[in-house]
Amino acid sequence: MEADAAALIGAGLAYGLAAIGPGVGIGIVVGNAVQAMVRQPEMAGQVRTTMFLGIAFTEALALFGLLLFFILFGAGG
Amino acid sequence: MSLPVLAQVVEVPSNVNHLFDWPEVLPLGINRVVLLMFLATLATFLFLYLPVRKARVVPTKMGLVVETMVDFVRNGIARDTIGSQSANYEWLLIPMFFWLLFLNLLEVIPLVNFPVTSRMAIPAFLAALVWVVFVFVGLKKHGLNYIRHSLIPPGVPKALLILVIPIELISTFLIRPVSLAVRLFANMIAGHIMLTVFFLTSASYFVLEPKAVAFVVPLAFAIVITGFEIFVGVLQAFIFTLLTAVYIESSIYVEH
Repeated sequence: MEADAAALIGAGLAYGLAAIGPGVGIGIVVGNAVQAMVRQPEMAGQVRTTMFLGIAFTEALALFGLLLFFILFGAGG
Repeated sequence: MSLPVLAQVVEVPSNVNHLFDWPEVLPLGINRVVLLMFLATLATFLFLYLPVRKARVVPTKMGLVVETMVDFVRNGIARDTIGSQSANYEWLLIPMFFWLLFLNLLEVIPLVNFPVTSRMAIPAFLAALVWVVFVFVGLKKHGLNYIRHSLIPPGVPKALLILVIPIELISTFLIRPVSLAVRLFANMIAGHIMLTVFFLTSASYFVLEPKAVAFVVPLAFAIVITGFEIFVGVLQAFIFTLLTAVYIESSIYVEH
C-alpha cells in the first residue's frame, strides 16, 4: 500500500517537476523569436519555422515527464 | 459527485489505463484504432489522388487546396530544410504529413473523437521508419565515415572524446527516434485527456444539476480547447515532418 502511495506521489511530482524547465525554456524560445521577428519582419517566416523546431525540442522534456506520469500511475493505481 | 449517476450517461473509465486497452470489433485483432487508421489511410489516398487525377490547366477548387498543401510540404518543409536533394525524399515526407494530419484531426471530429496517434504503435512505427531512413541515407552517402562524423563533432579536443562519443551516440541514434515518437504520442494523448476531462465535467454537472448553469463553464473551456487541439494536431504533423527532414539533412551533410 505504501509503495502504491509513493508511486502516486512520484507520478504527480514527476510531471510537475518536468514541466518547470520546459516552461521556462519555451518562454525564452518564443520571446527571442518574437524579438527577432520584430527586428527583422522580412525573416518572420524562417524565424517561425525555427521557433517551432526549438519549441519541439524543448517540449519533448515535459512530454517525457508526462510519459513518466503514466508509467508511475500505472504502477500505483 | 457520485460516479453511478454519471455512469448513466457516459462510460466511466476505472483508471487511466483504460486509455490503453481496447476490445476487438472485428476478427484478426482489428479494434477501433486499427479501423480508424484504415479510414485515415483511405482518406489520405483519396485526398491526394481524386482532386488531381486529371491534369488541368485550371485546377478545380479541391485540386487547388491539395496543390497548395502539397506545395507547402514540398517547398516549405522539404526544400527549405534539405535543399537541392529534397526531391529524393518527397515520397516519405508528403504522404507522412497528410497521414499524420488525418490521424491527428480525428481527435476533434464529432462521434470519432479519438486521435489514432495517441496510441504508441503508430508514432513508434513512424519514428523507427525515420530512423532507418536517415541512417540508411547517411551510410549510403558517406559509408562508415557517417558514423565517424556523427559521433565526433569537429574541433573537439582528443581528451574529451571519451565523454563526447557516448553522448553523441545516445543523442543521435537513441534519443532522436524516441523523442520523435514520444512528442507526437504525448501531445495527442494530453489533448485527448484534456478534452475528456472538460466534456465529462460538463456532462456530469448537467446530469446532477441541470437547473444550475455551472455546466456552461467547463463546456466553454472544452470548446476553446477543441479549437486549440485542431491547432496542435496540424502543428504536430508539421513538426514530425519537419524533424524528419532535419534528420535526413543532418545525414546528408554530416560533415558540418
